[in-house]
Order: sequence, then structure tokens, then C-alpha cells
Amino acid sequence: MKNLLEINNVVKKYGDYTALNDVSIHIPKGSVYGLLGPNGAGKTSLIRIINQITMQDSGSIILDGEPLAPKHTAQIGYLPEERGLYKSMKVGEQALYLAQLKGLSKAEAKKRLEYWFDKFDISAWWGKKIEELSKGMAQKVQFIVTVMHNPKLLIFDEPFSGFDPINAQLIAKEILQLRDEGATIIFSTHRMESVEEMCDEIALIDKSNKILDGKLDDIKRAFRTHTFQVGLQTANPKEVEAQLKEYFEVFPSNFKLLNDSLTLNVKLTKGNSSNDLLSFLTSKGEVQHFVELIPSANDIFIEAVHKNS
Amino acid sequence: MSKLKLIIQREFIAKVRNKSFIMMTFLSPLLLVGMGALVYFLMQKNDEKIKEIVYVDNSAMFSKEDFKDTKSIHYLDYTALGIEATKKKVEEGDYYGALIIPKQDSLELLAQSIEFYSTDSPGISVMNSLENKIEQKIRNEKLNSFGIDLEKIKASKISTDIKMFNFSGEESSKLINGLKIGVGALAGYLLMMFVMIYGTSVMRSVIEEKTSRIIEIIVSSVKPFQLMMGKILGNASAGLLQFFIWGILLFVIVTIASSIFGVDMVEMQSARVPAEQMDAMKQATDGDKGQLIIQEILKLPILKMFVLFIFYFLGGFMLYSSLFAAVGAAVDNETDTQQFMLPIMAPLILGVYVGFATVMNDPHGSIAVLFSHIPFTSPIVMLMRVPFGVSWTELAISMALLLVTFIFMVWLAAKIYRVGILMYGKKPTYKDLYKWLKYKG
Repeated sequence: MKNLLEINNVVKKYGDYTALNDVSIHIPKGSVYGLLGPNGAGKTSLIRIINQITMQDSGSIILDGEPLAPKHTAQIGYLPEERGLYKSMKVGEQALYLAQLKGLSKAEAKKRLEYWFDKFDISAWWGKKIEELSKGMAQKVQFIVTVMHNPKLLIFDEPFSGFDPINAQLIAKEILQLRDEGATIIFSTHRMESVEEMCDEIALIDKSNKILDGKLDDIKRAFRTHTFQVGLQTANPKEVEAQLKEYFEVFPSNFKLLNDSLTLNVKLTKGNSSNDLLSFLTSKGEVQHFVELIPSANDIFIEAVHKNS
Repeated sequence: MSKLKLIIQREFIAKVRNKSFIMMTFLSPLLLVGMGALVYFLMQKNDEKIKEIVYVDNSAMFSKEDFKDTKSIHYLDYTALGIEATKKKVEEGDYYGALIIPKQDSLELLAQSIEFYSTDSPGISVMNSLENKIEQKIRNEKLNSFGIDLEKIKASKISTDIKMFNFSGEESSKLINGLKIGVGALAGYLLMMFVMIYGTSVMRSVIEEKTSRIIEIIVSSVKPFQLMMGKILGNASAGLLQFFIWGILLFVIVTIASSIFGVDMVEMQSARVPAEQMDAMKQATDGDKGQLIIQEILKLPILKMFVLFIFYFLGGFMLYSSLFAAVGAAVDNETDTQQFMLPIMAPLILGVYVGFATVMNDPHGSIAVLFSHIPFTSPIVMLMRVPFGVSWTELAISMALLLVTFIFMVWLAAKIYRVGILMYGKKPTYKDLYKWLKYKG
């Protein structure tokens, strides 16, 4: 798959402080790409460089085969984490103004805005001032002005903050639809459950360095610990547990099953396979639960950042 | 449409739609004319009340001849009543004051021992006029005692009126000099006010974008420099518009007012001109010189002054408002602007002071010339000098210096602006600003 955005060896310094240290990230066309990292890791610096708000000190950025240039602002839509609109300006006028700054003609901007306002059922707000709207309402307007010029690249920084669960779902649906229509999406968030839900690939930035990147599935595979959560109904659990420890690594588990079963986390060792574990268990009693513990995005985030420090 | 044009348009519309702009634009001229009319009215009223001063002349040196009644002061001879009774009458509030002239052996002693009693402290002008009368009388007495003929002295008095010319053939007079000072001062002062009001407005608009957090969205579409310039130019256009509306409104209101109330336009204006100019004006209004003033005004290089006002307004405004924009970008809220405002305001105010202090005395003196070339004060000081005729060479140098400086300052301010608009939380110091100047891209 061809990359829409290639960030190569980007370095950014503010005085003595290095915000980005030789960061390279390749974002495939048509994907939702998670840009993750703790606060202050350098995500915002990178996003601002992609938006040409600031310039990298060295390194290159290629958008759709061309070095990033001022004309590309029209092909990028950006929803910053700290967002806002002109409070005393009317919704419609403001959206038109921002659309024209993105290079749309007034007529075209009006047409597209009408489509989006209709879609979100907010046409009645056109003549209202932003200060008259609730936070959630303003966020919807904000989302529209981010996407209305049909950008190739969309950058969402914490897009769900400020939305209630229903509207958050609506926005998530819209984002995925935009991807299906061909847009490439950079998605920066601290909500790991939405990363699982939406991202095809991720990159993790910590302390100005990229410490991890790739397909989410591949990363999960790499972080796999071959640990299984098992539940066994047996007459003498103590004995079974002791026997298990001879072949596997065993950890206590705290999940509950309906019956009063033995519950454990078991890690495969010494070339054991999951089948070995399963056949051992079946020989000792009735297996009621057998699931591999796949690391969540949350686990991966925490582990990778810990390792890096 | 280019992005810069879009930004200018938005800033302009946001500014002129603002309620305070509309109020200021349409109420200020009314207020100004109203105040002028009020001052004029009060001055008339004030003069109408006649002050009665009684005097007791025990020296028997003064006569009714020496205390002639004027429009506002009447003198009454109470010598017959005696000192104590007269003082009592004044104390009871029947009269404005009592002048007590005792009997003394010598004129020197007499001059030192005259007393004035009143319930309220008398006005300076009343005292001056009394002192003048007495001084003149005593001097005449002294001259008499030296055997000098007063008639001869009177006959020797002669008044001169030097006619002033410059070599471009314009005739000048004290009157037109007064007018030039008035017009120049007004232009310079107006410019300072405009720069302050609209400069602060640019600063507020920057702070608003920062606090509403829209700034990051805007700068992802346009360059910070474009945004800053758009703001400055948008506000400058609003300022010019306001200036034009004021001009038209003032003209209309004064015309209407003078036809309705039959108030002499010239006298109305004399109520508003600075005190320095009053003397020249009074001379004119005393006689039938109203026409002359209008003629003299028309003789001023009005077109040149107008064009220069626009140039210096734009130049000065851009120079200062770029600094205002940088300050706005550096802080999070208006209360934090204080520490940065002083260095911006200081040269503006200095310009007005220097203008008033030097240009009035000597419009082409070295200090006036120097400050009309320093770009931070030149818009104000030069505008004050222009009515007195400034050579095109001098103007060209001053304008070129202003142009170069404003380009440099805009460039410098843009560097601070670019970094500042994305900085939150910390109140920056001058050291921080210096650091920002060195950031790349």
C-alpha cells in the first residue's frame, strides 16, 4: 500500500529542548493511524509540523509524493485538542470564513456546509453565535469545519473530548466513513479503547522519540506473552495447581466463573504449546474457560513507556 | 480571494459591527460639538454676572476715573462709609469685595499697604486687573513727582505689527501661526489617539483568538504573518473609516448647528482650540475677522496635510500595532499586558509632549526636526510641523525612515507573534521574548 504521508528523520528543537528526535513515521493511504504517547511526548509538535504551523529543523515530510509545501494546507483538515471558534461570530459566517481560508470558493463552501449542516441536523444554528451554543453543539460545528473541504489527510487530536457517548459514536462513525471514502486519518488520543476500535496502525512517541510503530495486530503479536486465562472444575484444585507449576508459569487470577472453579493465569514455557496446556487441563477436570490474554493497546502503551524510562 | 484579503475583511467587519465602534463613531462628533457649545454657553453665562467691588480711598489719590466700570466689574466709592462699615457690608455678602487704600506718607509705602477683602478668594484676573490699575496710578503719580509730562509719554506710544513672510511668498501673521499650531496639534493628537485606540484593539483581537483557542485552526490554514498583517490592516481600515465619518459628521453638525442657533461658527471653534491659540483667535473674533479666519484656513496646505496624515497614520499605526500584536500574542489575558505596554506607550506620549513643547516655539528648531525624523515619534511631530511648511526632502527622509523601521518592526513582531500565539500558561518575560526571536520556523 502506498503511503500518503512520510515523515523522515524529523528533528525539532526549541532552544535547548529537543521536542522531536529523529522521528520517522509512514502513514499508509486510507488508514486510520493512531499517534499515541504520554503528555509532553512530542505529539503536538509533530502535528503542528505536519500542519505547517511550525517547521522542522531537519528531516523531510512527503505528502502524497510531494514535499510538504504551503499549498498543501488545503488538503489537510486539523481538529486541534485545544479547540475553539470566534465566540461572537455567527456559526454560518464563521464556517464560511474558515472554509474560504482552506481555499474553497464562497459558493462551493456554502454548498458543502449546507450538506453537512443538514447531515448533522443543525441547519437551525446557521445564524446563531457560537457563544449561544452548548459545548457539544460547538464541537459539532468544529468537526464540520475540519472536514468540509474534503481533505486527503485529516488530523484529529482527541476528537471525542466534549462529546457525550451518543455524539461520540456519531463522530466515530463519520471518521470511519471518511476513511472509507478515501481520506487518511491521523488519530491522536489517550483513550485506548477508541484506539482498539478505530486504528489500523499506530506509532508510540515517548520523550521525543518514536519507540514503537506498525500494524496494531502485529504489535499485539509482538507484545503477546502467551498467557492463558483458564477455569477448571476439579476435585482437588491445590494438587492440580502444584502439578501445573511443574510445566508452566502460573499466576493468580481474579476473574469469577459461575461454578466454584479453579481460576488461574498460565504462561506457556519451554516450548509448550496451547494444546499441551489444554490437554493437561482436560485430563484433570472439566475445562470451563480457556482464553489467551491478548495485550490491549492500554497494556502495550504502559509497557512500552515503562521500558523506555 | 486571497487569504490576506479574507482576513482583512473579517477583521474589518468584526470591528465595525462592534457596538462600541458604532457608538464611538456616531456619538463622538455629537459629544465634541455639544461640549464645545456647552463651554461657549457657560463662558457667556459666567461673564454675564456683574461683580461689584467697593473701595475706600483714604489716600484721596484715586478718582472714579481710575476705577472705570467694565462689562463684568462695577466699582463703587464707599470712602464716606469708613473702613469697618464697608468691610462689614462685604462680609454680609452684599458685594464681591472691598479694596482698602490707606493714607500713607510715601508712594512706596502706599504700594505695599493696599488691602483687598472678600468672602471667597477672588479670581486671578480680578486681582490682576486691580493691581494693574493701582500700579498705573502710582506710577503716574511718581512720574508727575519727577516732573515728567504724562501727555508726552502717551504721545510717544506707538504700536507695531510686524508682517511676516517666508520665501515661498506666503504671507503669515500671528493669526495664521496660531491656526497652524492648532491644526498641527490636533492632527498629531488625533494620530496618537487613533494609534492607541486601534493598537489596543489589535492587541485585544490577538488575545481573543488565543483565549478562544481558534488560533491553532487559523494558523493551520494561513501563515501567522498573514494573520497578523490582516489584523493590522483590517483595523487600520476601520480607523480610517471612522476618521472619515467623523470629518463628514463634524462638518454636517457644525453647519446645521450654526444655522439653527445662529451661533457664529468661528466662535464655536474658538471654544475648542487649545489655549495657546486663544489670543490669536480673540483678536480675530473681536473685530469682524471671522471671514479672515476661514480664508486663512483655506490658505493652509490642506491637501498636502491630508495626504500626509493618511501616510503617517498608516505608517505610525503599522509600526505600533505590530508591537501591540506581539504583546497580545505573548500573553494569555489582558491583565498581563501591563509590563509590555509602557515601552510602547512611552514614545507615543513623548511624541506628543515634544510636539507641544518644541513645535509651538520653533517649528523648525533642531529638537523638533530631530523628533520628526525618529520613526517612533515622527508621525506625531511631523504632522505638527507640516502646517508650517516642511520641505519635501525632509519629508521624504522622514517617510523613508518610517517605512524602513515599520518593515523591520513588523518582521520582528511577527517572530514573537508566531511563537507567542501557541504558548499558553506561562507569563513571559522579556528574556522569553528574546529567546522566541531566535527560534527557527
